[in-house]
Amino acid sequence: MTDTGAPVPRRGRAWRTGLALRLRRLGWSLVLLLGAAAGAALATVWLTSTSLIVLGAGIPLTLLATVLVRWFADLHRGWAADRLGEPVDRSYLELPRSGWPSRSWTVLRDPASWRDWAWLVVNSITIWFTGGLSLVLFLLGVTALIYPVIYELTPPQVFRTPLGEGFRLDSVQKSFALVPIGAVLLALWYATSGPLTRLNALVMRSLLGPTEQVRLRARVAHLAATRAENIDTQASELRRIERDLHDGAQARLVSLGMSLGLAKQMLDHDPQAVQRMLSDAQTVTADALTELRDLVRGIHPPVLADRGLDGALRALALANPIKTTVVTDLPGRLPAPVESAAYFAVSEALSNAIKHAGASLVRIEVEFTPRSDVAGELVMRVTDDGRGGADVDAGNGLRGVARRLAAFDGTLTVHSPSGGPTEIRMSLPCASS
Amino acid sequence: MRLVIAEDLALLREGLIRIFEANGFEVLDAVDNGPDLLRALTTLRPDIAVVDVRLPPTFTDEGLRAAIAARKEIPGLPVMVLSQYVEQLYARELVADRAGAVGYLLKDRVMVVDQFVTDVRKVAAGGTVMDPEVVSALVNRRSADLRTLSPKETEVLSLMAQGRSNAAIATRMLVTEKTVSKHTFNIFTKLRLDQSDDDNRRVLAVLAYLEA
Repeated sequence: MTDTGAPVPRRGRAWRTGLALRLRRLGWSLVLLLGAAAGAALATVWLTSTSLIVLGAGIPLTLLATVLVRWFADLHRGWAADRLGEPVDRSYLELPRSGWPSRSWTVLRDPASWRDWAWLVVNSITIWFTGGLSLVLFLLGVTALIYPVIYELTPPQVFRTPLGEGFRLDSVQKSFALVPIGAVLLALWYATSGPLTRLNALVMRSLLGPTEQVRLRARVAHLAATRAENIDTQASELRRIERDLHDGAQARLVSLGMSLGLAKQMLDHDPQAVQRMLSDAQTVTADALTELRDLVRGIHPPVLADRGLDGALRALALANPIKTTVVTDLPGRLPAPVESAAYFAVSEALSNAIKHAGASLVRIEVEFTPRSDVAGELVMRVTDDGRGGADVDAGNGLRGVARRLAAFDGTLTVHSPSGGPTEIRMSLPCASS
Repeated sequence: MRLVIAEDLALLREGLIRIFEANGFEVLDAVDNGPDLLRALTTLRPDIAVVDVRLPPTFTDEGLRAAIAARKEIPGLPVMVLSQYVEQLYARELVADRAGAVGYLLKDRVMVVDQFVTDVRKVAAGGTVMDPEVVSALVNRRSADLRTLSPKETEVLSLMAQGRSNAAIATRMLVTEKTVSKHTFNIFTKLRLDQSDDDNRRVLAVLAYLEA
């Protein structure tokens, strides 16, 4: 369905795929043209239904017509999204569960309903300047190109004045004059097919996609939700660190101090006991250090500070019991919060593969791509050859990662058919420094 | 034995100086940052350097980088690297020049002073000493060559990587020294290390282990 085919190196083949692509678009133009006619009828039905609401009978009619309109609009949204390479979101108000009248009221006061209607009307006209124009150029071009054949095959009364009364054909030789015109028209069709298709998709997006206001409202809601989650996560992280320090390293230092104090007291009369206490003190110190080390790793791994994301992921792969390959394509150091989020996301995906997938090979790919709206996007892919069946909602780990990434407008998708392989794809918009 | 210390925290620096002076080392210089360390190593050419990984000015792996840079200029300059945490990545980078005379230990190990001083002397003599934490993480992931080793041989090799002599390994494993040397012979054969002098082969065996 998508318009953007892979680039083909050979010229002849490129031309053939180009032609096939344009012929496919021509088919779509025909479908959309018929659709636009049906859409105009639908617009009339919908408006009539709404005007009957005052009579009561219009309520179920409106709801029915709205379902039809929205289904129809969704089909076009899908088509436009395929052409434009990015989703065209629907932005209707949520319908209340209670009663048909209140539902009809919601439909009526939803600007998106009226924009759908406006699109149905507008589309029935604009389609002629996009898909229609393309179709007409093609048909006229083909007709002109084969005009000598038409001349030969038809009786002398018809197809003799292709350009009006002023130009009457009286021999097949003269009809060859139309062939170059046909070629020009077809060339025009060939050249404008892409832009006209895109123009049509843009018209659809402008009326069927969300308005700036709706988009911003959704964005604010998203930001508020992720901010609240972020604050929650941070607070509970701090609580966990506080508890770990209090029960762990702090307690061990207290016990160390006590052992040393006791040892000092006993130095004169029981040197053997002192010897024992000192070696105990050493053990306690070692334990405290181990605990602190683990805690620090959980807060911010030192190797991440030293070497950035690339080095830290390599270190992670080396420490991993399963064979793990790391491929990175990064422009340099990324901002610290991004590095940290990316590191913990990959590390969680990795431990997911180790714990649940029964994998024997894991591959980590991290790639930074510059983007026009933000400085760039970091895409991380963790794939394993395990048994598959991973699910974001099944375990806490991946859901936590998805939540943390959402705070950066990042995403996490899992592709894990039963039987494997599993691919966890995470993205993180960011600026490179 | 002439020694250079690099450690930015005064408390720990003083502690290290005390330990080494008490054990008959001559502390030539004790620096607290990367550039000074590189200068001290290349001009003083000590018998051994004891280096903290994290040093100013960047407070990243400045010490490690300075040590590796110094060893580029003076191949085989003995270096004992200390850190609050160990990374296999760093262990590999340290042994990558295959010159031996490197150690990589957690700072915790300093607490067992006798063992620590022995390890430092071993590195100064050209040996390789890796922290048990580096070594234990490696036991799980082994290359094809290492997989041919028996469990006993793997144990001997991992103790070798920690810088233990055959005698020390024998005591640790409760076997005779002769059994240990039989194991080491098998290890060298299985890892296809030719009959060169034993010390060098030990280093190469440890390298094979670290690079698995």
